Amino acid sequence: MATSTKGAKVRPSAATKGNATPAARAVSSKQAAARSSKVSPPVKKAPAQRPPAPKPAPAAAKAAPARQPPAPKPAPAAAKAAPARQPPAPKPAPAAAKTAPARQPPAPKPAPAAAKTAPARQPPAPKPAPAAAKAEPSRADGRVFRVIGQRVEKVDALERVTGQAVFGADIALPDMLWAKVLRSPYAHARIKRIDFTAALHHPGVRAVVTAAHLPPLESKGALQTGEVPIDVASLRELVLASKKVRFHGQPVAAVAATDPYTAAEALELIRVDYEPLPVVESALEAMKPGAPLVHDDLYTQSLGEKARAASNVATHIQLERGDVQAGFGQAAVVVEESYETAMVHQGYLEPQAAAASVDAAGRVTVWTTTQGAFTTKLQLCAILGLSHSRVRVVPLEVGGGFGGKISVVVEPLCVLLARQTGRPVKLVLTRDEVLRATGPGCPSFITLKAGAKKDGTLTAIVGRLVYDAGAFPGAPVAAGCVAGSGSYRVPNLRLEGYDVVTNKPRVQAYRAPGAPQAAFAFESIMDQLAEKLGLDPLELRRRNATGEGDPLANDQTLPRVGLKQLLERVAKHPCWTRPLPEEPGRARGRGLALGCWLGAALTSSCHLLLNADGSVVLNLGSVDLTGTRTAMAQIVAEELRLEPDRVQVRVADTDTVGYNDVSAGSRTTYVTGAAVRQACQDVLGQLKARAAERLEVPADQVEFRDGAFAVTGAKKKGITYLELARTSLRRGGPVMGRGTAAGLPQAPAYAAHVVEVEVDRSTGKVSILKYTAFQDVGRAVNPTQVEGQIQGAVAQGVGWALTEGYSWHRGVLRNPSLLDYRMPTALDLPFIAIELVQVPAAAGPYGVRGVGEVPIVPPTAAIANAIYRAVGVRLKALPMTPEAIFMALQGPEVKPAPVAAVAARR
Amino acid sequence: MRAFDYRAPTTLTEVLALLAQAKGEVRPLVGGTDLIPQLREGRKRPALVLDLKRIPDLGRLEYDPDMGLRIGAAVTCSAVAAHPQVRRHYAALAQAAALVGSRAIQNRASIGGNICNASPSADTVPPLLCLSARAFVAGGRGQREVELERFFQGPGKTILAKDELLVEVVVPPPAKRSASCYLRFTPRAEMDIAVAGVAALIVLDGGRQCQEARLALAAVAPRPLRVPTAEAALKGRALDAQALEEAGELAAQAAQPITDIRGGAEYRRRLVRVLTRQALEQCLAALQAGQR
Repeated sequence: MATSTKGAKVRPSAATKGNATPAARAVSSKQAAARSSKVSPPVKKAPAQRPPAPKPAPAAAKAAPARQPPAPKPAPAAAKAAPARQPPAPKPAPAAAKTAPARQPPAPKPAPAAAKTAPARQPPAPKPAPAAAKAEPSRADGRVFRVIGQRVEKVDALERVTGQAVFGADIALPDMLWAKVLRSPYAHARIKRIDFTAALHHPGVRAVVTAAHLPPLESKGALQTGEVPIDVASLRELVLASKKVRFHGQPVAAVAATDPYTAAEALELIRVDYEPLPVVESALEAMKPGAPLVHDDLYTQSLGEKARAASNVATHIQLERGDVQAGFGQAAVVVEESYETAMVHQGYLEPQAAAASVDAAGRVTVWTTTQGAFTTKLQLCAILGLSHSRVRVVPLEVGGGFGGKISVVVEPLCVLLARQTGRPVKLVLTRDEVLRATGPGCPSFITLKAGAKKDGTLTAIVGRLVYDAGAFPGAPVAAGCVAGSGSYRVPNLRLEGYDVVTNKPRVQAYRAPGAPQAAFAFESIMDQLAEKLGLDPLELRRRNATGEGDPLANDQTLPRVGLKQLLERVAKHPCWTRPLPEEPGRARGRGLALGCWLGAALTSSCHLLLNADGSVVLNLGSVDLTGTRTAMAQIVAEELRLEPDRVQVRVADTDTVGYNDVSAGSRTTYVTGAAVRQACQDVLGQLKARAAERLEVPADQVEFRDGAFAVTGAKKKGITYLELARTSLRRGGPVMGRGTAAGLPQAPAYAAHVVEVEVDRSTGKVSILKYTAFQDVGRAVNPTQVEGQIQGAVAQGVGWALTEGYSWHRGVLRNPSLLDYRMPTALDLPFIAIELVQVPAAAGPYGVRGVGEVPIVPPTAAIANAIYRAVGVRLKALPMTPEAIFMALQGPEVKPAPVAAVAARR
Repeated sequence: MRAFDYRAPTTLTEVLALLAQAKGEVRPLVGGTDLIPQLREGRKRPALVLDLKRIPDLGRLEYDPDMGLRIGAAVTCSAVAAHPQVRRHYAALAQAAALVGSRAIQNRASIGGNICNASPSADTVPPLLCLSARAFVAGGRGQREVELERFFQGPGKTILAKDELLVEVVVPPPAKRSASCYLRFTPRAEMDIAVAGVAALIVLDGGRQCQEARLALAAVAPRPLRVPTAEAALKGRALDAQALEEAGELAAQAAQPITDIRGGAEYRRRLVRVLTRQALEQCLAALQAGQR
């Protein structure tokens, strides 16, 4: 997306991230019954998962991706069974239904005549269908759908629940070696010398690599791997540090050995001489003159100009419209406040894991858990100096990504070591490594000043957003500015954003990257304004809500969006209208917050192969984080009038399908869905041509109806789809459909969340009593999966709000485990109710919008607002831990004793 | 993780022999919920891991109205939490055993392990201290019996000699008209470690007068801590709101918390006050409800 900014040459590249339903994987540890045996740690693999081929080279490499043979399918009852499981199937939103017929999506559509007659034929099915009944058709854009909008069972459900799905750690190759990584014990130090002779001579060790083994970069600059460009020089340093380490845990060397324990032992034999340097931990400290420089050669980019003196501020962006001075002049009330959010981890269950093999001809194959096979390939080629034709990346199942599995982490090390040893090499990170060094979501300091008239109309907002990128530039501050202010019409706006480096791990995308941070500030200050104005917080938001045609902070104009419809829905919903249940002695409050996320579009590609029995195989370039295989199967089933279980969906490797960008930015169903629909049209077009030949009419006089190709308007049945499929082996040859989608506009998504909390004044603990998430999803292809996305995002948002946060001591992470980095457990979360609103997106298939990211945007402020209403204290820093709330409740006189003082006393 | 020897003997005699012969560090293993992460992360590097799960004696959990409760060192938290007599007579212990980690962890983790890991935040220890538990230790020089309160020397440190093993914990029968309770505070509902924990036990006379009180604290001192000042203040007193409040204040004063990743010292102290009062209230409520 190209977004220009007044006075600034900035491209607030909105979003990257992925969103995944965390796929839990039970690890069955065999209790070694070995008595008295020297337990040299078990290195084994279930034979089932071993690739069949006996040798490593090409054959084995090809066999390995071995996504298990398609698990026997359950009865084809998918579409039928589903509705019973869920609470009220979302009815077509009135708004959506009304606006839809007027605007047909530009995508290929049935002839207008057909579209018009369709609704007539199918009476608007009376609601609610009895549980067992066949799913009723859904409708939108004047079309009636058989499969789109249904709660179809996940196509990969069986392989997941039986443990057959192949994740990164499942890969086992013949003669495989195991890698381990030596990491910096300093947050900032110069590397003076590395001596790994002793490690290399350790029994079982096959290779040691350092940055010296990386080829010099052929070209510097940014790699266009999607919407967040990846700086190749930084990436190289993140893979293996060369001259300096810039955060605790940065890789310095990697070892390959016959087992992971030997590799770990060898790490202790590598001698690295460091010259420690002063550490700068906080972004605000880093901005001060005289702060230690993380990079000696980083110069602030501001309004397209490069500063003369080196600085920790990589970029200073300014977004401005109107006259903020004048705006504040018109304001009846003004609120100014500062907010702070913590560094948080995406919390994917599956650690980074990959294996690589290099054949005799130097061809590289990489198996990895990633959000993008092709972008992984581009990164590998860039930092290892490889030709695109010599690298094949096989994407595996992803146990959660949320944006954290876009940048390569383990893959280049596997390739380097495999090349060095001539044997396949596998590397699986530990949780400690994942938390310390893979790239969490960025922390922020945000100051806002907002003014409004008596009636609530916003007159001006000024903001200063400082985002901490960690050791290398690239914090998503521009996206934060746009999304944070994206829910409101603000005539006079000035936002300044700073992308600042510190001695902490380099941040990566995390679900709507940059937006939850900004929304915490914007949605908190809106509540503060509402209180000062004596206005209902929902009413204040209704009076200022953005809509189609309104400008965003970057002057991009909003297309059709559903924010206003959302707010109307909230206004009528019992979660907002019902009085809070009061109980003596219980402090309860209700909070509301909005979320905006623009999402991404980028490029997708797929192939659709027609089998002789009419079933089809869909080869996708998009990896499946969130159930997109099922959604894509639904699209194919819809377009070709098949049952969904007749569609076999595969995530293909990079040699098999066309270029495809990452599964991130809420883009997969939106953009890959468009490509899939195009592939279906391609197949239908080819079949039409064949039918036309047999019917002896021009192809444009053939239409596809009721599973057959017939002459348009004629009564005769024509030639069935099945007949054409059956004869395709001989007559005309196989049919292969091709679909690509690139350059779609963004389809912004909005959300409104309402939460009720209870605060225990005696401990500061917050319990969430009730949570309702409203979201404009455009069109839910599979409502069950959409709801799952929203619930997952809220769960993460609750973590941001209440318990999650990196804790630092001089650049060293104090809580590198899931015990002390506290993600909420199932017991900490309430049932999360979902209200879907469907205002179709202006482009893309079926009015679909991306749904995965925006629901993580509102929770922090919704909860902060609810806490304020419950106990009258406003928390301005995340996470709002029991201790923070308790101390706030004690008033300013009680402050926690400083760490040092307490330690001294002991 | 370093390579280590692994043995799973079936008799106590074998265990003691192995302990006596061992060169280097030996780590007994039951559930491994503490030990295995310690091994994986290299925080412990024993030469020998000694699995105790195959020794029948160590898995014994028995209650006798005259002798009290005997808990073998390898008995799991789940077993203790589910035992009807434990729930009835030693409520604080049952409550604590049901709080350790999560359900899955309770199925593996042992009471013996929770004790011997000697974490200041061990949940099952403060209840055992209030219940006057005694530890039975076997070693090369025979058996010895110590009050559990004297078992701990500091974080991760116990009185066990290199060749000694905790065999059993014995809890005397409960006094008439007594009740106990364990409360802890954690930010999460499960899979968490106490920021502060308080166990309370009270024995009442015929009325509301306190004949005896015991309080023990978790996670606010280098080792589990009894609170004699608060106990003395409660003894012989009618347990009204003021008495409980004062006991809470005394317990908070006795606590020696530090500030660490799990909580600040001041916050912990305040939690002790709140939890002490609440634990005592729950004891009174249990007695009123006639649970004992």
